[in-house]
Amino acid sequence: MGNLFVIIISSMLVSNVVLSQFLGICPFLGVSKKIETAAGMGAAVTFVITIASAITYPIYYFILEPAGLDYLETIAFILIIAALVQFIEMVLKKFMPALHASLGVYLPLITTNCAVLGVALNNVTDYAEESFGYGFACSVVRGLFTAIGFLIAIVIMASIRERCEYNDVPKSFQGTPIVLVTASLMAIAFCGFAGLV
Amino acid sequence: MNSCTERLKNGIITENPTFVMMLGMCPTLAVTSSAINGLGMGLSTTAVLVMSNLMISLLRKLIPDKVRIPAFIVVVASFVTVVQLLLEAYLPSLNSALGVYIPLIVVNCIILGRAEAYASKNPVLPSVFDGIGMGLGFTFGLTCIGICREVLGSGAIFGKTFIPDNFHITFFVLAPGAFLVLSFLTALQNKLKMPSATNVGAQGDIACGGNCAQCIGTSCAANKGILEAERAAEKAAKAKAAKEAAAKAKAAKEAAKKQEGKEKSQVAAAAAKEKED
Repeated sequence: MGNLFVIIISSMLVSNVVLSQFLGICPFLGVSKKIETAAGMGAAVTFVITIASAITYPIYYFILEPAGLDYLETIAFILIIAALVQFIEMVLKKFMPALHASLGVYLPLITTNCAVLGVALNNVTDYAEESFGYGFACSVVRGLFTAIGFLIAIVIMASIRERCEYNDVPKSFQGTPIVLVTASLMAIAFCGFAGLV
Repeated sequence: MNSCTERLKNGIITENPTFVMMLGMCPTLAVTSSAINGLGMGLSTTAVLVMSNLMISLLRKLIPDKVRIPAFIVVVASFVTVVQLLLEAYLPSLNSALGVYIPLIVVNCIILGRAEAYASKNPVLPSVFDGIGMGLGFTFGLTCIGICREVLGSGAIFGKTFIPDNFHITFFVLAPGAFLVLSFLTALQNKLKMPSATNVGAQGDIACGGNCAQCIGTSCAANKGILEAERAAEKAAKAKAAKEAAAKAKAAKEAAKKQEGKEKSQVAAAAAKEKED
């Protein structure tokens, strides 16, 4: 239990997926203009990463590793994630049209979000030696809280950017540079969590 | 041969993936803590890019249009696995330094972007040179950023230290430094008005950021169609409204004219009456 708590804190804050591992930078910079869209993207990523880490771990543990095919993990995982995203989109469209209407735009973009593949690969390298139940729990918890870390980072970023709109930014720093400076300051703030674990 | 040198120039300078197109930001920020890591990452990506461009260009007539993205992903992922195993065998130190970012070359936007935008539509030789050009451009970008961060952060270039320990700014090899260095480099580009994805003005309010070069989404094409249809409908409606307004104005004018005519005749009649009196 204590170990799971450490995983929660470290994946959400200490090694935040965007600000210290640099995964998922493209949506972090591209979709953070408004709080609503940022929150939508964050929610969609949370959804996909959690399900993807719950599916990829058993596939690695029960199929790839016993068959000695663990070097195929990259190919297998990217295909699983691409199929999963399509599948989630169809399921949402059929059974939860309201949720699909709010998350639908972001789902196709998530296939190439490196955070999803990165978390899946990190899970199997870190927890492949554990017993199945424990490794599975760790993977899902890590997936969920990594994604929540992404949600936190992108929502904070969007709210700062909304305020930046009204600021007098030097001409050459308008656009992407000021966003990157903001990200840098946020990363410094998140470095402060390093002492927690 | 002319088109090949043109592809090389296009990749390295005109459409440089790091500085001009701002693609593949994750590895750009993550592995550039030293120049050698940047160079290694750039060359690994180049290898994958050249091989996948070659393969996709060869297969371009065989791959059905509807499943092209999954097909591209499988091709790219295979070459990434090959590169990963080669690095593990022959350059274990680089492999451990780059870590998870080697398999993540699969989701690098540059590779899928080139496959989709160039290799799937062009013959083999230009596609290979396109891959080489783009790859070298990416390598150049990563190495530049790596050199900046390494000089500032650990006072060295390619591992050769020339600034004493006390003057290192460790901040620049840590995560926040990556964002800051990239921010200053793009600001410099804006200042010098060099072509870049960052200084072409706002990209619109589309939820995805409107950055189609980075995106392999399949529903976007449909969305774009819908958007265009909507725009056309809006335009038509506007034109119709304008026509109606014009017609109304015309009618009003005519009515006014008639009214005026009437008034005139009345006035004339009144004048005539007055004269008679």
